[in-house]
Amino acid sequence: MSKGNGRPFRDANALLARADRIRAQRAKLKHEIRICAGPGCLALGARAIHEEFLTQISEHKAELKQAGLALNTTLAEKCTGCHGMCEAGPIVTLEPEGTFYTGVKPRDAKKIVERTLLKGELVDKRLYELGHQRGGGKVEKYADIPFYSLQVRVALRNVGVVDPTSLDDFLAAGGFRGFVRALSEMTPDEVVTAVEDSGLRGRGGAGFPSGRKWRSALRVKEDRVWLICNGDEGDPGAFMDRAIMEGDPYSVLEGMMIAAYALGATDAWLYVRHEYPLAVKHLQMAIDTLENAGLLGDDILGAGMSLRIRISRGGGAFVCGESSALMRSIEGRVGEPRAKYVRSVEKGLYDQPTVLNNVESFTCVPAIIDRGAEWFASMGRDKSRGTKAFSLVGKVKHTGLIEVPMGRTLREIIYDIGGGIIDDRPFKAVQTGGPSGGCLPADKLDLPVDFDTLTRAGAMMGSGGMIVMDDHTCMVDVAKYFIHFLIGESCGKCVPCREGLRQVHDMLEKITSGRGEDGDLEKIERLCHTMEVGSLCALGKSAPYPVTSTIRYFRAEYEAHIRDKMCPAGVCPDLIMYEINKECTGCLICKDHCPTEAISGEKKKLHVIDEDACISCGICMSVCKFDAVDIKSGGVIVSRDEAVV
Amino acid sequence: MRKVRPTLDDTARMMSETNETVTITIDGRDVEAPAGAYILDVAGELDIDIPSLCAHPGLEPFGACRLCVVEIQKPGWDDWYRQLVTSCLYPVADGLKVWTNSEEVRRNREVVLDLQLARVPKSDVIGDLAREYGVERTSYAERDTDDTCIMCAICVRACDAVGRSAIATLSRGPDKYVDVPDKDACIGCLVCAHLCPTDAIAFVADDNGKRTIWDKQFDLVTDERTGEVLGTPEYLEHVRQRATDRGLRWPDEMKHESAKVKRRTYSSKLARVGRIEEPAE
Repeated sequence: MSKGNGRPFRDANALLARADRIRAQRAKLKHEIRICAGPGCLALGARAIHEEFLTQISEHKAELKQAGLALNTTLAEKCTGCHGMCEAGPIVTLEPEGTFYTGVKPRDAKKIVERTLLKGELVDKRLYELGHQRGGGKVEKYADIPFYSLQVRVALRNVGVVDPTSLDDFLAAGGFRGFVRALSEMTPDEVVTAVEDSGLRGRGGAGFPSGRKWRSALRVKEDRVWLICNGDEGDPGAFMDRAIMEGDPYSVLEGMMIAAYALGATDAWLYVRHEYPLAVKHLQMAIDTLENAGLLGDDILGAGMSLRIRISRGGGAFVCGESSALMRSIEGRVGEPRAKYVRSVEKGLYDQPTVLNNVESFTCVPAIIDRGAEWFASMGRDKSRGTKAFSLVGKVKHTGLIEVPMGRTLREIIYDIGGGIIDDRPFKAVQTGGPSGGCLPADKLDLPVDFDTLTRAGAMMGSGGMIVMDDHTCMVDVAKYFIHFLIGESCGKCVPCREGLRQVHDMLEKITSGRGEDGDLEKIERLCHTMEVGSLCALGKSAPYPVTSTIRYFRAEYEAHIRDKMCPAGVCPDLIMYEINKECTGCLICKDHCPTEAISGEKKKLHVIDEDACISCGICMSVCKFDAVDIKSGGVIVSRDEAVV
Repeated sequence: MRKVRPTLDDTARMMSETNETVTITIDGRDVEAPAGAYILDVAGELDIDIPSLCAHPGLEPFGACRLCVVEIQKPGWDDWYRQLVTSCLYPVADGLKVWTNSEEVRRNREVVLDLQLARVPKSDVIGDLAREYGVERTSYAERDTDDTCIMCAICVRACDAVGRSAIATLSRGPDKYVDVPDKDACIGCLVCAHLCPTDAIAFVADDNGKRTIWDKQFDLVTDERTGEVLGTPEYLEHVRQRATDRGLRWPDEMKHESAKVKRRTYSSKLARVGRIEEPAE
């Protein structure tokens, strides 16, 4: 596939003309095979599938030609970014008909070429299967799958659609229409007004109105303004920005170019975390291509605008996703946040005015300019407009990447799009907003998901991570897990965060190991309050949220740990015991697997677990075929396969 | 690039040089202050005591110790709403109201000192301060250590200001510590040790003509006439170099240069190391 013609575009018309030419070429395509090369599918062998498709196409060249299919004129293939439904990968789709194949293996390439391309038949085995609550059955097109049909993709509009390494592909998908429109039809002030009117709020976590940020940057009377795109997505279980940077790098750059035009910036940084090598590769390729095409550098599209975009790779510190720490990191200093009483638009990078936005925010901008602020503002709810991408993970059937208009309820996202909880177990909590977000219980499932509602409920939008938990989850253990993560990622600069996290972790450790005392909860709450109001940066201020929100909604569970030395979910190893019940057939399997030889018993006789030798590893339970192993905590059976207290 | 925060002297100078003053209310007192001055400095001038461990007049403000927090209210805010801010970093603006010793302020200082006491149980400085806020013993898990470092990073910033940048914070989170990764960069000037608010940096200033700090031993240069110790050869060379780099004549103007970190609070301590009367040859 052509990667651009190598000559710089003289002006905007030349660019639009090329886009039209490519679209005309594409109109002749009878079939396009899109192989998902997102992180999940790549790990499952998407590259091998791609190669196999190429082999099969060349082996069936003659037959395909007979069917009117010739590679690059009427038939095309490409690797795209993430399709979203990572659970079902590797994913292959066929356009324009929208056929959706899941769990594709390299050997399926032959079947898809021979049956679908040549005969127009479907490969049934690889079609998506509806869950039984939805009546079961196979579905051919992804537009008919609730996971896709309920989504509205703005930031993810090209992810899974375009080949991220091809400028032509991006142009064909409508790329740079927004930039050309801004450059040739709008004044910088009008661009800022459009972003203001769209109601776009920062997608990185804080939700600060992007338009207001840009407006205040315009008011700062300084020659130079820096532009930074924050691609340091560090939340565990979050991969929205990664999917965008890997799958649609040109849209990120286009958003930055529009911002640069509006703000008069000539230098921009893209800060990408070290763990995203593919994102860095695709972005750098895109930057190089744009420089060659006359879309970056000096005198862009002959309009006199100059812009240079450079990539800075983070070293893997979570705290460097905080804007002021990120700027210090770019400067080459230790990545520690500063107090933001003087805002970055006045004094940011190198103490000069700086506008920093998140990857997803920048990606929304071209769509806003192209389709209008009213269109964007027409979606959403209250003061949260537009759409938001989420990574839906945890105990949900369809884990993956989704995007919905603001204001959809948690229930719609988890049950309608996500397909509900794995094994149809009861829902217990959903954790939103990354490690320093909060956990919301079942009675909050009907809350609309927007910035302010989530914050009021004690959670937050954050960057868009959503971790779903079922009834096998101990909320004290969850809080401990996130605090442990934050201990490793706190920069250690200020006292409440550095010392407070350690003390909170110590106390949670005490509670989960059965050494909790009366008054511990109050002590934790007092400490959390100081962390929340007394820490220097947003990371420290939000660090106690996993604890405060779980205490708020699951206080009884904490109290059970402290008072009754009991873990109702049957998770905390020090508080549970395994016991063999009457269902035991004496098959010896658990006895064979027990690593500490704690199980005694003879063939066809009831086995017994020696409490003193048992280390609560749970292997006996997982190998038992007769549900004969129970978990007991505080003298009550809290078994995983039984109803939980 | 880096800016030294306005000190008391600077505050006075700013007031005389520019007419841009603002009126703020601190603990019920209406006062005039130069626009952009930090709350901590304005309060200091009024003899209002705000505890602080990581602020030093000669160094870039940092905001790590969280003791200098105060409550503020900006004009236009609801009457009940106040916010906790870091006074060493918060620039004053017209109409600002400040409470330096409210209940919320004291409660936060109490928790912070409680945490610090758990970190450095052997530090007298922290122990005394904690007692002022009613904390006799820490209510948290105490570290078993003789270390008294509270991670204020004054040493790091002081070494930057001296021009050596030998000291750095290493690692992060609760494991963070201060060290000299490149021993060659240390010139044995002892500024770090003398500025340390909790005396956490071990050193031997002069033991039979030898000085030890950061596990490194230095020779000492003595003034031949008076017998007074002038400093380590590395230190003298550094000061000379810095003076030369700035086009200063050696040694007269140098006094001014080397005394850049010599400011009010720790000036007596610094006097012991910062004085150089004669050239080193």
